[in-house]
Amino acid sequence: MSAQVLTVTSGKGGVGKTTVTANLATALAMLGKRVTAIDADIGLRNLDVVMGLENRIVYDLVDVVEGRCRLRQAMIKDKRQPELYLIPAAQTRDKTAVSPSDMVLICDQLRQEMDYVVIDSPAGIERGFRNAVAPADKVLIVTNPEVSAVRDADRIIGLIEAEEKGPGQLIINRLKPTMVSRGDMLSVEDVLDILAVELLGVIPEDERILVASNQGLPLVMHGLNGSSAGEAFRHVARRLDGESVPFMDLTARPTFMSRLRTFMVGK
Amino acid sequence: MSWLDRLLGRNETSGQVAKQRLQMVLIHDRADLPPGLLEKIKDDIIQVIAKHTAIDTANVLVHLEQDTHENRLIAEVPLLAGRRNGRG
Repeated sequence: MSAQVLTVTSGKGGVGKTTVTANLATALAMLGKRVTAIDADIGLRNLDVVMGLENRIVYDLVDVVEGRCRLRQAMIKDKRQPELYLIPAAQTRDKTAVSPSDMVLICDQLRQEMDYVVIDSPAGIERGFRNAVAPADKVLIVTNPEVSAVRDADRIIGLIEAEEKGPGQLIINRLKPTMVSRGDMLSVEDVLDILAVELLGVIPEDERILVASNQGLPLVMHGLNGSSAGEAFRHVARRLDGESVPFMDLTARPTFMSRLRTFMVGK
Repeated sequence: MSWLDRLLGRNETSGQVAKQRLQMVLIHDRADLPPGLLEKIKDDIIQVIAKHTAIDTANVLVHLEQDTHENRLIAEVPLLAGRRNGRG
């Protein structure tokens, strides 16, 4: 059995790549899979804090590449999931410390012992992005329903097709159903119309994402109920694992007062 | 959208505006032809055609269109000769 390598990327920064990586890696581990998450954002290490593993870092990705430790020594074991590991990025180096072929080599080693490798790509389309995409079997493009993020996603889709890693699958993050219903946000259909790419999941905006990253405990671990973003991430993980899971209904149900307000003032 | 917007003919939501702007910007991104370059092409087209026949330079239009198979550069060049009520 050989692992599937998933790369999470976006072009634009701040759309939620690290949050998506942490939650998908954790959700896949909760399905009983052996998972390693890799932070490929060298110089701007963040996946460790979102996963709550920042205090246990001894070695990092660059230490492995430069031969200062064995791969296994750089894999931090998660406290809560028995088969979840993190390979952190180096904080004091830059993207040129790792090459695309280094990433392919590391992932080939991991393929033997894992079910999934999930790579958190840095923003941008330069070296760091190419490092992250080089070993990918599947590229997950994260975007927000917003003009600038969708434009960058379009560019990324073109680039991953040029690298023959296409067509990629789309995760629309931070959707606000009430804004969509009053016409003030691009809808899922609008985004799919424009990007013409397969939809993997829609994650609603959720304050608990911030609470979860405050605590270093990915939202998918916060108990099974009462979290629509957490639920959406768990659905994405099951889809990745080959299950057919229907998309959540994220249409806002207008109340009488909101309908009256919409009629009178348009907001 | 409110009845006031409808009365005033303001019938576009900001989501629709976003979609239209994105579609325009992506046509240029995908073709790798920024709008400024299109203006230059337009000036060159005017020069070339004006050498041979009189044209209505103020109403020359050059734009990109996209269908499922290809991007297309569309140039519309109104000729002054042959106008029914032409000034030319």
